[in-house]
Amino acid sequence: MSKPVGIGVDIGSTTWKAVVIDKDGKILAKKIESSDPLIERQTNRALAELREMAGAPDDIHVGATGYGRKQVKATKVLTEITCHAKGAFYNTKSSCVLIDIGGQDTKVIYIGERGEVTDFAMNDKCAAGTGRFLEVILGRLKVDFEDIEQRINSVEKSILISSTCTVFAESEVVSLLAQGKDVNQIVKGLHDSLSTRVLALAGNLTANIPIYMSGGVAHNPAMVRALTTTSGKTINVLPEPQLIGALGAALSVL
Amino acid sequence: MIKRRVQYELAKRVVGPFITSLDQWKSKQRQKKRKPRASEFGPPLQTIGKLKEIMTKHYLEGRYADGAVPVAWVTSGFPSEILRPFDFHVVYPENHAAVCAARKQVPQISEPIEMQGFSRDLCSYARTDMGNALITNTPVGRLPKPDLLCCCTNICQTVMYWYRWLADYYNVPLILIDTPFIYGAMKDHHIEYISDQLEELMVIAERVSKKHIDREVYTNILNLAGEGCQLWGECLETGQAKPSPWTGFDTFFHIAPIVAIRGTEECNAYYRMLRDELKDRISKGIGGIKNEQYRLLWDNLPMWFNVAEFATMFAEKGFNFVCATYSNAWAEAKDLLTPEDPFGSCAEAYARVYLNRDMKNRLETMKEMATAFDVDGAVLHSDRSCKPYSVGQIDVKRKFAEDLGIKSIVLEADHGDQRLYSKEQGETRLQAFMESFSE
Repeated sequence: MSKPVGIGVDIGSTTWKAVVIDKDGKILAKKIESSDPLIERQTNRALAELREMAGAPDDIHVGATGYGRKQVKATKVLTEITCHAKGAFYNTKSSCVLIDIGGQDTKVIYIGERGEVTDFAMNDKCAAGTGRFLEVILGRLKVDFEDIEQRINSVEKSILISSTCTVFAESEVVSLLAQGKDVNQIVKGLHDSLSTRVLALAGNLTANIPIYMSGGVAHNPAMVRALTTTSGKTINVLPEPQLIGALGAALSVL
Repeated sequence: MIKRRVQYELAKRVVGPFITSLDQWKSKQRQKKRKPRASEFGPPLQTIGKLKEIMTKHYLEGRYADGAVPVAWVTSGFPSEILRPFDFHVVYPENHAAVCAARKQVPQISEPIEMQGFSRDLCSYARTDMGNALITNTPVGRLPKPDLLCCCTNICQTVMYWYRWLADYYNVPLILIDTPFIYGAMKDHHIEYISDQLEELMVIAERVSKKHIDREVYTNILNLAGEGCQLWGECLETGQAKPSPWTGFDTFFHIAPIVAIRGTEECNAYYRMLRDELKDRISKGIGGIKNEQYRLLWDNLPMWFNVAEFATMFAEKGFNFVCATYSNAWAEAKDLLTPEDPFGSCAEAYARVYLNRDMKNRLETMKEMATAFDVDGAVLHSDRSCKPYSVGQIDVKRKFAEDLGIKSIVLEADHGDQRLYSKEQGETRLQAFMESFSE
């Protein structure tokens, strides 16, 4: 087993993620947990466990990113935009567009030929178009994550959700249910609405540049398909999509 | 009337200078006791003391102005030069609202007006000003009640409704100077239309002030105003030096005299002093920040409630705002105000302001600034309170990238109301923007 040389930790609003990498950027160990409100305590404990798992020394360099990044005693602290770009470029080795749908925010990052961020866009202050949005509405519909794809495939029509504000969208869904509308059509509509919202952030994607996806929502194949259909482009999901930010943070300390 | 006049003159000639001297003495004492702190900034500008003196005196005079001299409230784009020959004490409610915002007092001041049904989406300057009328207690003590209200539509249309509310509340005359929006070149009929309104303004100003205009005095004031804009422009141009001797955030504060006391010798003397100090700093290689690595352009008004915090965040990473379209707006009239045609030139100067011209002109101005100041990037503040200023920024961003290869970021915030700015998210975006230069 190669030697661990860097740790990257990405503290998001929903999940706490970290990876240990070797000098080539290969992931040797990883950890994903729900985010604890006591960020520092969780990070100290989880990083100690991760170091033990990977046999890493106590003084190994740590790169931190995500909303909780300032709470980490790290060698380098960078924003999630820069880290996602680094993590994505490590995989793609070429200029690309990265769509990252996380718990609290959605990012579209344009990555240049050297892996640099050439431009980026993020959702507004609210949770419109984020993983949290999906989570809340699916929770209201009592739809399990595993069933999403099968439910969407079972219907042709979709009922679009016009509001992208999580609170108003939930009210809208409640009204639709009260009208006796089909839950599966609402689920399909929800994904279509979200993909439209995300692609509006991405702006003009007509250039011949590959599009990749990361973040926890990339694990939802229905969302990837909705984005593909709406954009008319191929959306490639990066390996370990939820760990791209943590990987970028780790790469920053090499 | 006589008692108020005595109070006013005392405030102007004795109390004002005394308070500012006392304030400066206290400040020096505090500095002596304080251990020097590590700072990302260059040494503070010496003229800041004079700036405080001028503005303290201005607001102190204002406290006793009503009843002593005629008082006019004007919008920032109003040709206030015309009012000075009538000895009006001129108040800029926007300047005052910026002071309230810098003290983070906009939410509490605008609350009474929001309770009356005015939306929070309305300009925070307007809300602060109307709210201030209801609470009559502000960071500067009090503003004198107006005898005359003057607004000009060259900065936005909101001023019209805002000043109508003030006219109704204070029951005083309102003068509205309507400036047609200028697409492309300015036409003669534009100038004629505005000049006619300026002539009408004189009649009302004479009636309110009970004084006849001395056209020679007016021409002299116009000259002084033109020279003031020229001097302010010279101060701003020093930002082209590398490193820039000051920061864009400094310009936001040093702008106060050209806004509030434009057309006076005091204003011009101040800018001569500032210009000389800035040139001296250039000759000694003193920068506004210690380690200027990247140079940025700022578009739109500042976020008054966190200027210092913001400046520090950028300075720590070696970023300096070397120019700002907002500060530059008060230097634009430098060649336009001419004594040969005092009304026509005034009409032209005030119709040609940055916000009253088409997108093409705005973009060209910004590109010229970006090139002259050799900037690496731009922060475009999308100001919830100032939509006329914020519209088109997405296109500016695209054109900057395409035509100049300059990166920019559009930041959602507000110039006055901190409730409309999401600090954590805003800072993350700005930090990512800064990282995109170095990582």
